[in-house]
Amino acid sequence: MTYLLAIGTGKGLFLATSSDRENWEVSNPIFAVSGVYAVGIDTRRSTPRLLVSADSAHYGPSVYLSDDLGKNWDESHDSAPIAFPADTDASFKRAWQFAFGPEEDVVYAGSEPWALWRSEDRGRTYELNRPLWEHADKPDWNEGAGGPAIHTIVPHPTDPASMLIAMSTGGVYSTTDRGASWTASNTGIKAEFMPEGQQFPDHGQCIHKVSRDSQVAERVFLQNHGGVYRSDDGGATWNDIAGGLPTDFGFSILAHPGRANVAYNAPVAFSDNRFPVDGTLRVHRTEDGGASWTAHDVLDEPYYGIVLRDALCTDAAERPGIYVGTRVGDVFVSTDDGDSYRQVVGHLPDVLCVRAAEV
Amino acid sequence: MAVSVLIPGALRVDAAGESKVSVELGDGGVLRDVLDALAERHPRIDRRLRDERGELRRYVNVYVDGEECRRAGGLDTPVGETSEVQILPSVAGG
Repeated sequence: MTYLLAIGTGKGLFLATSSDRENWEVSNPIFAVSGVYAVGIDTRRSTPRLLVSADSAHYGPSVYLSDDLGKNWDESHDSAPIAFPADTDASFKRAWQFAFGPEEDVVYAGSEPWALWRSEDRGRTYELNRPLWEHADKPDWNEGAGGPAIHTIVPHPTDPASMLIAMSTGGVYSTTDRGASWTASNTGIKAEFMPEGQQFPDHGQCIHKVSRDSQVAERVFLQNHGGVYRSDDGGATWNDIAGGLPTDFGFSILAHPGRANVAYNAPVAFSDNRFPVDGTLRVHRTEDGGASWTAHDVLDEPYYGIVLRDALCTDAAERPGIYVGTRVGDVFVSTDDGDSYRQVVGHLPDVLCVRAAEV
Repeated sequence: MAVSVLIPGALRVDAAGESKVSVELGDGGVLRDVLDALAERHPRIDRRLRDERGELRRYVNVYVDGEECRRAGGLDTPVGETSEVQILPSVAGG
């Protein structure tokens, strides 16, 4: 068995492989000097497919595919894989997310500017979801510090008509009709940056990441810009579960791939002090849906690199690996459900995202 | 008329390895016509240079007879029979 870890950084993609998750071989940078905000590893077919969004500061963005674990990369030649139609007067800046739903060969991409894209050829070409692009709430969406992006796509595991997406700022939106219509789905989520009395709007929240429970499809965990939440009704309503955490600010949240009610969170001190809490890199774990959390040191020394929204992932193995990437270029792995961590690689550029799988 | 386009090393993979491409234009052509003709021959290179709206990417500089097009008429900069168009990445990054 080989484990593949794809590390997207501010200056390219690094691929790490291991047979035991103890010893790793790490590639040279691929798409060197391009920002790699999104990576997907599609393991639904016998030949895994890697999808990478790479944006060059000089020559623009694109989406690249590899069917041989990164040895060769392909990009559709005559037209860009993701391109806004002429009537939108918009241009694609980068993909922030790839997601795989229950339909074979269907891939979703979330992009900057705010758009959801659907591919029916396993990520080679994409079509814009018009109902979301033309949503009546769109004038109220605001560009967060990271950019005006749909950075989170959470397909339903069995119902291809249902999906959640999230953005900063704009909030969570849900569809139950295959994307023909979208409803703001933020009941209970606070917008702490709004004036008192207006802090629970219908939409406009700054969502940082959403992750679905692997065993209970209607249970969803959410890291907000101020607030950690759980929904037990597929995102219709949300309840605060930050009480057992040292802070309710952060970017990442991840559901365990095989255990109900287990999730991981990497808190950040607070909005105006974006460092790990107490200058120590810790990942917190809940085993009861957020009622309580336990802290686990990733590194036992002062540390100032935080974990960004897509830099927490799992390989979904039977004994799963939990991977943590940081803004100072380190990646760690746990193979004991998050009790302890060890380093995979260090001194990379700023880690923007990690994705892992057994291949 | 034939206009020469010099391709930077990083983009030659998108231009069948060519360092210099000659494109045919009608009289009265402008830089946009040169890039359109280049895109017909090498579709992938165009999206390295321009976005979906047809705008030149921020850190791509295109010189027409030695003058950066943004200091002239942008994509409407006139080109003539002996014109040489040079594509260069600008100095950016860290």
